Amino acid sequence: MKQGVIADQFTAPFWSAANESKLVIQNCSKCDRLQHPPAQECGQCKGGDNLEWKEMSGKGRIYNYGVVHDCPIRLLQDDQPFNVAVIMLDDDPGIQMYSHLPGTPVDEVPVGAEVEVVFEETTNGQKVPEWKVVI
Amino acid sequence: MTTGYAPPSMYRSREGMGVWEHRGKVAAVGVGHSPTERRWDENPETSVGAWSIMALRNAMADAGVTPNQVDGLVIVPVTTTGAFWPEDKALPQDVIEAFVQTDDPLDGIAKLSVDWLLKNMPELTGINYSLYAPVCMSNALNVAAQVVGDGLAHTVLVLKAWHNLQGRYYQGGQNAQDAIGGTSAMRSLWGAPACYGTALQFAEYCHKYGKNHDMMTPFIINSRRNGLMFPEGYWAQHRPEELTDEDYQLARWIAKPANLFDNDIPIMCAASYLFTTAERAKDMKQKPVYILNHVDSNAVPRGLTPTLDEVEAECALTGRKIYEGAGITAADLSFENMYDGFTQFHQFHIEGLGYRGIGFGDALDFYQTDISIEGPNPVSPSGGNIGSGRSRFWMHTDSIQQLQGRAGGRQITGVDAEIGVSGGPMPLGGNYTVWSATPD
Repeated sequence: MKQGVIADQFTAPFWSAANESKLVIQNCSKCDRLQHPPAQECGQCKGGDNLEWKEMSGKGRIYNYGVVHDCPIRLLQDDQPFNVAVIMLDDDPGIQMYSHLPGTPVDEVPVGAEVEVVFEETTNGQKVPEWKVVI
Repeated sequence: MTTGYAPPSMYRSREGMGVWEHRGKVAAVGVGHSPTERRWDENPETSVGAWSIMALRNAMADAGVTPNQVDGLVIVPVTTTGAFWPEDKALPQDVIEAFVQTDDPLDGIAKLSVDWLLKNMPELTGINYSLYAPVCMSNALNVAAQVVGDGLAHTVLVLKAWHNLQGRYYQGGQNAQDAIGGTSAMRSLWGAPACYGTALQFAEYCHKYGKNHDMMTPFIINSRRNGLMFPEGYWAQHRPEELTDEDYQLARWIAKPANLFDNDIPIMCAASYLFTTAERAKDMKQKPVYILNHVDSNAVPRGLTPTLDEVEAECALTGRKIYEGAGITAADLSFENMYDGFTQFHQFHIEGLGYRGIGFGDALDFYQTDISIEGPNPVSPSGGNIGSGRSRFWMHTDSIQQLQGRAGGRQITGVDAEIGVSGGPMPLGGNYTVWSATPD
């Protein structure tokens, strides 16, 4: 099971939205550019005054994956080996998120397949975005 | 003395800067190493501070320079391999008391400051200029070359040291906790180990070009072979074991498609080089190795991990910057010592260089040809991190020694050692140096 998440001031909107089963990504309204992970300033214009949170469609595709056999995180070590895929959002393929791809057998990942977001509870009850292959 | 980090203006980060203004006017002369060890035994004489002093003194002796002649110091203050002193562990008082301390008790144990070195090396009476460089020796070399070229100091010691504490690396701290902060969680919650991002790029590379993991085998075998001829290296000193095809191909996965031998082994060690002006170098003990250019790559990926497209674009840009500033072409390279820890970086680096005319997607086929030090196309004659452990500096020591003609068993023989390039670590985020046996 994943470690719990203690939301901090900087990332609180992302984690609060996840608890409401919504996926939001930081957006610079000046550049109309999404960025993830969130940052204190826009990666393009370097300004920090126009950053907002924008709800995503929750759809994406599997860009790539690896199979983790030697994980540094104690709480995940009993689950080894497991998939860690990179998801590219349909809203902007430049935005990536990691996923364990729940329901997909280890090392049988359909690269390029459509996925949709689900929300998974961690050890402290905080929900995190995960992704499932669309059948 | 107050020491700060080198300013961005010291780095050659852009294409179009022309030939480096100090091309051939700065030289490396002395090389100094400490021994290696897998992990620290917590004795004062094997601390990262003690080994740093040893490496610095060895570099001066190698160059035939007395300590009072040195007027500059460029070091990397971060020494961790991923191991940090545990908060609940008592400080090692016997080690602290064995040295002259700064106000930070872990200085010389799990980090390193210029102040600590000067307190414990009273013979360095002439230092009047010092700078810090982040992360790697590769970065510190860029800074030191510019310091000497700009005349900020004329005889500079460059240092990088590593501490490695007991326990498996990156397994403590927040990775052992039940919950983590929201910012860290964005990346680390899914448990990807350090090699994961590179493994992803390699997977995409294999898919795009029709290659496979087994094709890395000759590179791994060659790297270990060369490393076993590096007397200062970890494997040569502690476990002189050659690798077989089966060793590599059947090794356990860390993050498939990266296995155990695609990862470099974290170790303790220190190394130092003595840089000076080409003019002063003529009177020193070793043959000068002239610096033709130094290059910085500071690209930032758009997403969580660089895509193959981003990696290839940045490596190509780095190659162009290397050649532009050095005033050379790929055909002028006698050898390459680009970064390899993780192994799956190396093909990106040499394809970006166009080493021996290869392009993107060609390196794994190139590995199936003669890439030995005896052949016409030597690949990683140092053996790199894979051949000698994670220091990120074997490639620089080897480049200097190849051009001085004193690389011993590793000396390349299939081609004359005239110009070489070394650097890394990451395709997006690295520093590179072009070395030459002559200043022209």
